[in-house]
Amino acid sequence: MTNEELKIKLSELLPAISFEEGGQWLNIIIDSKEWLSFANSLRNYPELSFDYLFCLTCVDWKTHLTMVYHLESTQHRHVIVAKSKLDRNNPEIETVSHIWKTAEFHEREVYELFGVKFLNHPDLRLLILPDGWEGKSPLRKDFEDPVNMIRL
Amino acid sequence: MDVTPDIKNDPFPGEVHSTPTGGVLVTALDDVINWARSNSLWPLVFGTSCCAIEMMSTASAKYDWSRFGFEVARATPRQADVIIIAGTIVNKMAPILKRLYDQMADPKYVIAMGACATSGGPFFYNTYSVVKGADHVIPVDVYIAGCPPRPEALLHALITLQKKIKMGITREQIRNESKDELSQ
Repeated sequence: MTNEELKIKLSELLPAISFEEGGQWLNIIIDSKEWLSFANSLRNYPELSFDYLFCLTCVDWKTHLTMVYHLESTQHRHVIVAKSKLDRNNPEIETVSHIWKTAEFHEREVYELFGVKFLNHPDLRLLILPDGWEGKSPLRKDFEDPVNMIRL
Repeated sequence: MDVTPDIKNDPFPGEVHSTPTGGVLVTALDDVINWARSNSLWPLVFGTSCCAIEMMSTASAKYDWSRFGFEVARATPRQADVIIIAGTIVNKMAPILKRLYDQMADPKYVIAMGACATSGGPFFYNTYSVVKGADHVIPVDVYIAGCPPRPEALLHALITLQKKIKMGITREQIRNESKDELSQ
């Protein structure tokens, strides 16, 4: 499907989403509370069948966090980018690791670097950072580490 | 491609005195040992980021560091003479680098390749995880600038290391000398 067709299809499926224009891929913005059910339909709806999560990351905008999911369908070869705004003080979103298995590691990475809590994640602990880095979220813009970090 | 053309004519450290029956070679044992060591340095297979790609290129056919005696890269520190720190050293990697260095047999030499290994490079500011120069962890003999350095630069560094060994001014040689002086 082309981006326009995708847009029409997705609006039928879930009226609550909004779109962001101007990129190579179709950007959709969704409320974090609706993310899980929406992710399920993205994966299972035959005309969409987004079966490949090729990037899962987070952006710190200082005022809020944004979760970003890049999804592709290996069958239809179409791509969307799903974004979801999170509260910076208490970032929580449902895990999608049971829908796309690869999300399990990616979510652990986002958890250790941004402190996003993934609800119902099977194994939410540090991925790469060594012990003692729990809850420090070093990729947040306001992260300070006077021992290891030289500020410019 | 000649990096330093004169390297081929680098003379044996000694003199041959002609006698009617042949010749007598006069030399100093330390010089001969250094000369021999410098011409057969085995690097350790150790690369932590993009500099390692340039290092592999230097090892392969086009640049071919075997021409200068760096024959075979060894996958174990126990058989390696020189460690080329090819890439960023992060805090988590630092103890591993130290252990690898400690496991190498004497005499051992260290080359810091590229900006990351010499100073932290592009990761000097605002980074929580990068060691700001590998010489915080192990002593370094030769530093190479570049991000990443070209293979020619690495070859030049390797030849510079050879020259340092021949002159007896690598970190380890200086350290051993001062130890000997102290014990006298």
